[in-house]
Amino acid sequence: MKPAPFEYRRPEILDQALEILAEYGDEAKILAGGQSLVPAMNFRLAQPSLLVDINRLDELAYIDAGDNESNDGGLHIGAMTRQRAVECSSVVAESAPLIHQAMPYVAHVQIRNRGTVGGSLAHADPAAELPAILVALDARMRAQSKAGQRWLAASDFFTGLFATALRPEEMLVGIEVPRLADRSGHAFIEFARRHGDYAVVGVAVQVTVDSSGRCHSARVVLMSVGDRPIDAQAAAAVVSGQKPSVEVIREAAAIAGSDEIDPHSDVHASSDYRRHLARVLTSRALEQAFTRAGVRVE
Amino acid sequence: MSQLVDITITINGKTHSDSVEPRLLLSDYLRHGLGLTGTHVGCEHGVCGACTVMVDGEAIRSCLLFAVQVDGCALTTVEGLAPTGDELHPLQAAFHETHGLQCGFCTPGFLMTLVPFLDHNPDPDDDEIRALLSGNLCRCTGYLKIIEAVKLAATRRREQRVKP
Ligand SMILES: Cc1cc2nc3c(=O)[nH]c(=O)nc-3n(C[C@H](O)[C@H](O)[C@H](O)COP(=O)(O)OP(=O)(O)OC[C@H]3O[C@@H](n4cnc5c(N)ncnc54)[C@H](O)[C@@H]3O)c2cc1C
Ligand code: FES
Ligand code: FES
Repeated sequence: MKPAPFEYRRPEILDQALEILAEYGDEAKILAGGQSLVPAMNFRLAQPSLLVDINRLDELAYIDAGDNESNDGGLHIGAMTRQRAVECSSVVAESAPLIHQAMPYVAHVQIRNRGTVGGSLAHADPAAELPAILVALDARMRAQSKAGQRWLAASDFFTGLFATALRPEEMLVGIEVPRLADRSGHAFIEFARRHGDYAVVGVAVQVTVDSSGRCHSARVVLMSVGDRPIDAQAAAAVVSGQKPSVEVIREAAAIAGSDEIDPHSDVHASSDYRRHLARVLTSRALEQAFTRAGVRVE
Repeated sequence: MSQLVDITITINGKTHSDSVEPRLLLSDYLRHGLGLTGTHVGCEHGVCGACTVMVDGEAIRSCLLFAVQVDGCALTTVEGLAPTGDELHPLQAAFHETHGLQCGFCTPGFLMTLVPFLDHNPDPDDDEIRALLSGNLCRCTGYLKIIEAVKLAATRRREQRVKP
């Protein structure tokens, strides 16, 4: 199959791109890495009349952990940063190890060479790694339009299946990941049929512990068990304030696999099997995260 | 009349200038526009890897790019690996010797994925090779012979200290 005809624009700077979006709104579609949009166009599932290719907007390709006005040592990544650049960045590995650990699971090298951070988030696939990870990290998204910019919490950004809070005239221009607290630990685990495939189920965990080794805060975010990344707050509440033990973790994982999710069945896995995976992976991930935070889980 | 866009692309060292429709996929431009049919098209949605080419030194799916997007870029396709046709590229020779191919449909995509990989990682272990090759499908070999080919090429390359 071949894409239907469309008009092609290739702005050189962000302002030009925002101008086009302001004028055409819904009719225009942003082309970033094209690794999700072009397959959809090849199948004619997507038939945009105007394609706005933002690959020349070098100003949106950056990884920055320096201090600037809005930035309390947090990590800033531009929307047009290639997934492969994030995977290979030592800055990311240091300031957001959870992102670093998960990047190799995003598709295959040839796709990460081209696919972007902004594209993955705007696409909002509930089985994708980056959306879940940014929710677990309490990241913020910067949306910009000709009228101005606004920041959105990652947990408010994903509104449903392939749906985000972005307005038609808005572009996602960058993300900010807050600086890691001391004594924090992370873990990312996914189960997929083949390395690089979308996950059957995955989980991202970020925890912090206090000086006595009690859990101070925990985030458990599950992939591929709902219409968006699922923030398993009841499971996290079970470990919060507790000394992480095998028992407490088991109890949290049981909740993550039952009340908090409503997984679908498909050719790869039944709903029940997804629940089972959610429980097992959450338990392993919590243990790993607490171990990384310096606590011995017994 | 649909829009036409002027492009200039360097492919295997040779410069091509054309006017193309924006919706023309790079894979179709290479095959139908330029007759470079070594780049194969299996699935046309990014899954099989047969269409992989190098764009500015990186392995990329040519079925997920429009030809207009590589305006100004330097590409290498499988035809560029052994330009004279007399002698195989060392990686091709390794595939040949280890039976890393049967029908050969998938082979150009594997080669174009592996050339930049071995540049970055001259001594890959089995897990790294397997992770890399997860992005390319082969329905004939069962992959083991391909992994053997990669190891043979990597070993020779290290021994000779020459760039394949
Ligand atoms: C075979 C295959 C396997 C894959 N496996 C995985 C996987 O395991 N995990 C995973 O997470 N992903 C996977 N992907 C998807 C891949 O990561 C894509 O790169 C990603 O989903 C989209 O990013 P992109 O830059 O390619 O965006 P595009 O395809 O260009 O765009 C995707 C959508 O987002 C919109 N958009 C893009 N950028 C912006 C922006 N800055 N602001 C507003 N809207 C924007 C576009 O208009 C479009 O609707 C896979 C893809 C393929 C082909
Ligand atoms: S034809 Fe491009 S990946 Fe299959
Ligand atoms: S050799 Fe036939 S598909 Fe790989």
